[in-house]
Amino acid sequence: MAALRHPQIVIASDLAQGDVVVLGAAGWERDHLRAKIAYDGEAAAALKAAADAEVAANRVVDAYLVDVAIAADGAPTPLHFREQFRFAGPSVRPDLGKQAERREGDGR
Amino acid sequence: MTAHDPTLPPRPNSAPIGYAYDEYDRAFVRERVAEFRGQVERRLAGALTEDEFRPFRLMNGLYLQLHAYMLRVAIPYGTLTSRQMRQLAHIADTWDKGYGHFTTRQNLQFNWPRLVDVPDILEALADVDMHAIQTSGNCIRNVTADHFAGVAADEIEDPRPTAEFLRQWSSAHAEFSFLPRKFKIAVTGAEHDRAAVKVHDIGLRVVKNAAGDIGYEVIVGGGLGRTPFIGKLLREFLPRAELLAYLEAILRVYNRFGRRDNKYKARIKILVHETGLDELRAQVEAEFAAMDRAPFAYDSEEFARVAAFFGTAPYDELPERSEAFEKAKADDAAFAAFAAVNVAPHRASGYAIVTVSLKPIGGIPGDATAAQMRALADAADAYGFGELRVSHEQNIILPHVRKDDLHALWRDLDAVGLATANAGLISDIISCPGLDYCALATARSIPIAQAISKRFADLERQRRIGQLGVKISGCINACGHHHVGAIGILGLEKKGVESYQVTLGGDPTLDASIGELIGPGVSAEEVPDVIENLVEFYLAERCEGERFIDTVRRLGHKRFKESARREGEDGSGI
Amino acid sequence: MALVSDGAFVADEWRRLADEESLPASGKVIVSQQRVAAALDDARLAAVGVYVANTTEPATLAPFFARLALIDIAFPAFTDGRGFSLARLLRRAGFAGELRASGRLTPDQYLHAIGSGFVSIEIPDELAQRHGEANWAKALRARSLSYQRGHAGGASILERRRKGVS
Ligand code: HEM
Ligand code: SF4
Repeated sequence: MAALRHPQIVIASDLAQGDVVVLGAAGWERDHLRAKIAYDGEAAAALKAAADAEVAANRVVDAYLVDVAIAADGAPTPLHFREQFRFAGPSVRPDLGKQAERREGDGR
Repeated sequence: MTAHDPTLPPRPNSAPIGYAYDEYDRAFVRERVAEFRGQVERRLAGALTEDEFRPFRLMNGLYLQLHAYMLRVAIPYGTLTSRQMRQLAHIADTWDKGYGHFTTRQNLQFNWPRLVDVPDILEALADVDMHAIQTSGNCIRNVTADHFAGVAADEIEDPRPTAEFLRQWSSAHAEFSFLPRKFKIAVTGAEHDRAAVKVHDIGLRVVKNAAGDIGYEVIVGGGLGRTPFIGKLLREFLPRAELLAYLEAILRVYNRFGRRDNKYKARIKILVHETGLDELRAQVEAEFAAMDRAPFAYDSEEFARVAAFFGTAPYDELPERSEAFEKAKADDAAFAAFAAVNVAPHRASGYAIVTVSLKPIGGIPGDATAAQMRALADAADAYGFGELRVSHEQNIILPHVRKDDLHALWRDLDAVGLATANAGLISDIISCPGLDYCALATARSIPIAQAISKRFADLERQRRIGQLGVKISGCINACGHHHVGAIGILGLEKKGVESYQVTLGGDPTLDASIGELIGPGVSAEEVPDVIENLVEFYLAERCEGERFIDTVRRLGHKRFKESARREGEDGSGI
Repeated sequence: MALVSDGAFVADEWRRLADEESLPASGKVIVSQQRVAAALDDARLAAVGVYVANTTEPATLAPFFARLALIDIAFPAFTDGRGFSLARLLRRAGFAGELRASGRLTPDQYLHAIGSGFVSIEIPDELAQRHGEANWAKALRARSLSYQRGHAGGASILERRRKGVS
């Protein structure tokens, strides 16, 4: 198996809503903690192929693989600040976006 | 008979709300909304792929950004009625997250609409004669004009009739909707250019020829982005009757010969540069000469119809000096500071132009909450004939306020956090959304603006520093106009972190110049220090009456560069 | 390939010939610009058309206008609007036959095509199927008004305004 330098997940935008989604085991998820993580090249290619099929099926747009680091609790965190912002929301408006929903939700 | 019956003479006694739609304008916008609703349905059903849908959604102002879709609403030539402003607030509350972002292109951006809601939003805009048509995409974009139009003391003619005339001509143009790249036109009617006509694809200056006839100076091929160019003079005097025909000729030459192999070389500025100005002029003039002019024969009449909507406001006859205003300034220092900075002279005796800053210290440049939009609408109704303007400095203008009312207006604004007395000062920063919202960004820009604004929070100090434009873009596309900022800041990515380049000496006005880099990129934390060093150097070196930009020009970049690199107190190089 | 005309999918009576194909003994053919003179001289053919790139100089076609029945302008990408300007220029130069746009155009561009002087649009079958005939028909009526004068298609707002005044 081709090893990856970093584990990867797939991120995309929901077509109808426009918000950020990740590809999970059972389809698209709003919560990046539920992303399916690829640890090797084949798994990453399979993830990307599944995502491309979803793009072709007009459920999401702009799907791409993102390098992540896996935290102790198993949470994937993008290595690049751009995707970190996409998982959080505008840094200048902590009351908006996923960061706000997360705070309201399970107290994370 | 309706208020916009073209047979009516100019309306000296009604509010100068600008162009009012007639039944055809309304029907056109409604049809366009219905067309887009159909396109959204086809997209969701899969009949249109994303690649096919993209140009059509962009032509209706709809982007897909980092967190959500973004809808850009046109505010033609920056003029807005109180009713329209209230509707924008309503849209922000109903379909978005309770705020909007006023941009440097006299647009309003909603950052969170859902695709499925956009047709309804466009319908709500159409209810108040607004739209998002051609606020993006490779077409002729919404035409911009001097935000002091109609009230500026140095005006030859109000540029807005020209802008409206062009807006109509360019709307859903059969031939020019799939250009090599976007096409931006700006118009100014004043001596002093507030519309940045030299950094647009076409800049039009209203001028008078020796015979006293009004026409246009046509400037072509300006633009910022990754290869900034100052526009060049294409035609010294274009008679008004030939305006549309001449623009068609320019657009046709551009549509045929503009590069399409590389999107960064597709703007007309590159065509001008590669073809050469003289050769391009020859091509345009040849096309113009070959053209069938008959379709443009009615231009003059149509122009007159449009121009009639832009009469002057029903001003009261007032003395130039307002005792109430003078007394309020004497009694209230905070108000006096506001009056000194945010109030500009008006043509009409006893009136003033008020700039409402959307740059509270440490705030997000250009953002306004729905409540603030409503407060602005109320203020416009109470004190300003119901009219508002959006400036390309991302502020709101109340263009005609009685001096007698200034103090009351200021108190109303202060109550909703809109009385920051910093118009044109160092904290009146133009900033693009950057990586907090924008999918193309390489770095954030808003937090940089906030940090600078906080560093110079003391308004007294800001006034001492005087007029200074800081402009920030979050990538090379230059939406924040950093090239033409006296201080420009460009956010880039360097080795996996955000890094900022500082440029110096840019100027968007008729003396247009592009800023020069002062050194290698610095980190976000260092930006305020660099700016402070530059400012301190200026304060130490300036001569009587010199603005920052003047001192830069007199002393040259080199001296300033050295000052920016001065070591920090802890010995670390900046 | 599917052909759109008057908002409907119609049968294409024309045959498009590659340069290596010899001229047929009858019928309507569309040939490349280099063969157009020869085809026009072939009396067996019912009608001759030419397919051209969107960068073609209109003057190179003008000598054939009187005998040419069709000019087909290629759209290499649906977002490449050069064909619209070329169509306008051909009409201005006096071409009165059928102007055809061929490429991956979508119904959303139908009015742009008509306004620029096109009559018919040729698209790949797969595209025709996905976009559907009904959407082409609908697109033709999407906008009944236009702000420009001198374009084919929708009524000009300027003219209506003038009539409204009198
Ligand atoms: C947030 C989404 C935005 C996107 C994706 C975007 C995209 C772009 C791109 C790609 C360019 C460069 C075009 C070229 O050089 O060909 C550009 C230029 C420009 N943008 Fe934006 N922009 C956005 C927001 C804004 C905002 C908020 C403003 C106003 C504050 C703005 C004002 C401008 C201006 C004035 C230019 C002209 C620079 C020039 O003349 O080339 N844009 N934009
Ligand atoms: S300059 Fe770059 S980051 Fe800023 S809005 Fe424009 S495209 Fe986005």
